[in-house]
Amino acid sequence: MDNVLECRDLSKRFGAVQALEGVTLHVAPGRVVGLLGPNGSGKTTLIKLANGLLTPSAGEIRICGALPGKETKAVVSYLPDRPTLPEWMSAEQLMDFFADFYADFDRERAGDMLARLGLHPKMRYGQMSKGTREKIQLILVMSRRARLYLLDEPIGGVDPATRDYILDTIIRNYDENASVVISTHLISEVENVLDDVIFLREGRVTMQASVDDIRAQYGKSVDALFREVFKC
Amino acid sequence: MTWVFENDQPIYTQLVDQIKFAIVSGELPPGARMPAVRELSLEAGVNPNTMQRALQQLEREALVYAQRSAGRFVTEDTAVINRVREGLAAEKVRRFREAMAALGCTEEEMKTLLFGSGEESHG
Repeated sequence: MDNVLECRDLSKRFGAVQALEGVTLHVAPGRVVGLLGPNGSGKTTLIKLANGLLTPSAGEIRICGALPGKETKAVVSYLPDRPTLPEWMSAEQLMDFFADFYADFDRERAGDMLARLGLHPKMRYGQMSKGTREKIQLILVMSRRARLYLLDEPIGGVDPATRDYILDTIIRNYDENASVVISTHLISEVENVLDDVIFLREGRVTMQASVDDIRAQYGKSVDALFREVFKC
Repeated sequence: MTWVFENDQPIYTQLVDQIKFAIVSGELPPGARMPAVRELSLEAGVNPNTMQRALQQLEREALVYAQRSAGRFVTEDTAVINRVREGLAAEKVRRFREAMAALGCTEEEMKTLLFGSGEESHG
């Protein structure tokens, strides 16, 4: 089957800043991939190129064989690195909002997951705690039947229980035809749910390997290897 | 089951070992139905593909078998389970010896530490 995500010699420049340089990689269906790198290594830029919020300076990025556009947006589910949902909406209204925008939104699934959070249905998004907001945003994103899930820092700044909930939700919604790309610098927290990792450094891919291959080859966790490779 | 992972080994080999342990210890008795891959991966907090790979390895070792629509089951062949028990025990002994040797213990000292000295038991 076609790769869900494919980059060839992909570069992105912002003025004098080379955010990505000659990135070549692919993500096969059914894989959960960690996009790992220190702050400013190009993780968010790559994700924004994949969902069409940015356009490449050079090279090419394809989603299920197509260049980013209307067609690919229908199959890409994106969790931004900062909250973007309207604060005045209740959880119920947010579900309507997603159902209106995305044909692949599974309202029943989202409803089930939201019900388990035990929220008052009329509570507004803006009144919820940070952890709850993160959970709701993830539930909405993971309730689409997409081909590619792009999760930008889904566990940044949440408490350990919320983090476990988020990782649980990712495993629970695993689909062998879809791929998940998780960008983070909190590696030890996500390592066990990943198939593969991509190390980014100053806009370049420095390593692409499976988690278990790294552990077998180096006799250490991806987290430990990362700390070694990126030691300041 | 409780799952604990070390950082210095692949996750899938650790899953294989821990499921083996559950079978040998009787937590998953002969003939028992294994939980589904997704359930097991949720419980262990691991990637479903990694769990799938571990279960396939256990199938190759004839410790579990798949039935087309009903799922996976623990083998009823106690000879296979016993062989695995012996293998796990040998591995534990090997690690124990390694650790003791690293502490500078001789074989005799290990025996004394394990079983007590003859004098003590007599007297």
